[in-house]
Amino acid sequence: MERLIEKWQDKISEVVIGAKKPIKIGGETGIYFIDGEDKCPNPPVVAMEVWDMEPESWPETLKSNFGNALKDPGEWAKLCVDKFSADLICLRLASTHPDVKNVSSEEAGKTLEKIMKAVSVPLIVIGGLSPEKDNEVMPYCANVAKGENCLFGIATQNNYKTLTAACLSAGHSIISEAPIDINIAKQLNILICDMQFPADKIVIHHATGALGYGLEYTYSIMERTRLAGLSGDKMLSMPMISFVGQEAWRTKESKTGAKDTGVLWEIATAVAYLNSGADILVMNHPKAVNEVKEAINNFKQPTLSQV
Amino acid sequence: MYLIGERINGMFKDVAKAIKEKDKSVIQGLALKQVSCKANALDVNIGPASSNPKEAMKWLVETIKEVTDITLAIDTTKLDVMESGLSLCKSKPIINSVNANEEKIKSLFSLAKKYNASIIGLTMDKAGIPKDSEGRMELAMKIVASCVEYGIDTSELYLDAVILPVNVAQSHAKEVLKTIRDSKMLADPAPKTVLGLSNVSQGSLAEYKSLINKTFLTMAIANGLDAAILDVTDKELVDSLITAELLMEKQLYCDSYLEAYRKK
Repeated sequence: MERLIEKWQDKISEVVIGAKKPIKIGGETGIYFIDGEDKCPNPPVVAMEVWDMEPESWPETLKSNFGNALKDPGEWAKLCVDKFSADLICLRLASTHPDVKNVSSEEAGKTLEKIMKAVSVPLIVIGGLSPEKDNEVMPYCANVAKGENCLFGIATQNNYKTLTAACLSAGHSIISEAPIDINIAKQLNILICDMQFPADKIVIHHATGALGYGLEYTYSIMERTRLAGLSGDKMLSMPMISFVGQEAWRTKESKTGAKDTGVLWEIATAVAYLNSGADILVMNHPKAVNEVKEAINNFKQPTLSQV
Repeated sequence: MYLIGERINGMFKDVAKAIKEKDKSVIQGLALKQVSCKANALDVNIGPASSNPKEAMKWLVETIKEVTDITLAIDTTKLDVMESGLSLCKSKPIINSVNANEEKIKSLFSLAKKYNASIIGLTMDKAGIPKDSEGRMELAMKIVASCVEYGIDTSELYLDAVILPVNVAQSHAKEVLKTIRDSKMLADPAPKTVLGLSNVSQGSLAEYKSLINKTFLTMAIANGLDAAILDVTDKELVDSLITAELLMEKQLYCDSYLEAYRKK
């Protein structure tokens, strides 16, 4: 039987992250993992989360993988890269939130410097998710990492100007986030580009739902985004990121289930998003990272054409 | 929607004068203006007055080529003028146009093969333009069959159901819309459809021309129109076009959808 291979008119933009050991993501001209269509020059990559404080919300089964390194972001990052083969490090400045420790911008900058010294892989930097405080901390940190070509987050429809300006002046890429709303995602990218921010430095986040917690909604929005991008919609033709770890380890199954439930939850969530077009997966558990990296390699092998 | 800019046409006084005086700046200005208004192709027509039409077409194409390599739709009824235009095009050209006359089809389809050109096919023949959609479809079918005969992919064909001015042939508009709708069923891949839009308001009061164009274009888009030869510099017209396509779900909604379309 003849196989119909879809020919798309456009391609997803390529975003380069990092300076010392830069990684290229995106560039797809077809749907990933569809044999014959998957003209995807840059396979998806896995980032591991490192916090600027010990993550109290993490269950013991997750924490135990990192031991004392949880108390030292530099050591933690090194462990993720050297032992667990993380392609990137995602620094989460959780302690800067006023309701957590209200750590200052200067302190956050020092933590970032520590990570930059400890590892040479590209960095993703996320604030404490307090819009007001992030608007102080993130421009400061963007400046600290000037020239490092990091990926900074997270710009939202109601709070994108400060971060966009900071990334523009320090030469970083940006994560634009719309909570499972493709129309707002497109609008936000237009608004960011209106500030003269280059479209090929934007990575889309649609909010992430874990398995059993809205995964299918995010999955279908990501799929629609990718199809729109490949069909020529320039304001949706960006690579996508999924924060798989934070969502998978927030579920009650991960926290209270059997020992490996969380790991399986994280793997299942990550693999689903790979199929919907995710270019960066931000993950937590080393075992899950290992399995997902293997899955990416296995998916890359031709299948049908070998049969 | 595939937009073909109509402005470089010797029917316009400024273009006729520029051709006569060999004034490149007027032509190049019009070319760049239309490109900046998101034209996908530019129509090139020397108009009726030229004493040496072959030379005039050559000069026009070369003048445009100096500033842009956009697709050109060579618009003439004369075979030698058509070939002199096609032979100079940098990008894959469009033949504007062929009708359903046997000898026209024979000569122009051969040229299309030779220059790898797309074709605009008018649903008219020696007897003129049919009154109704059925008559137009019959001629459309003849043109589609010729594509198959000459080995030209039907997706390279733009069928033009030929709209006449509303002030003299009011009954034609709805027949054209029906033809646009029906011609999709003629082949697989379906032929594309195009309109020489401004003709619909030819002879109407100047202050209503743009309104008539805009309204008819919106209706045609609702019936599946793929391309139009139109005034791309008419911002309101293009805004209507973008909005009609949005309502037909041709692009994803966002608040700045007009801007998003123009960023493409």
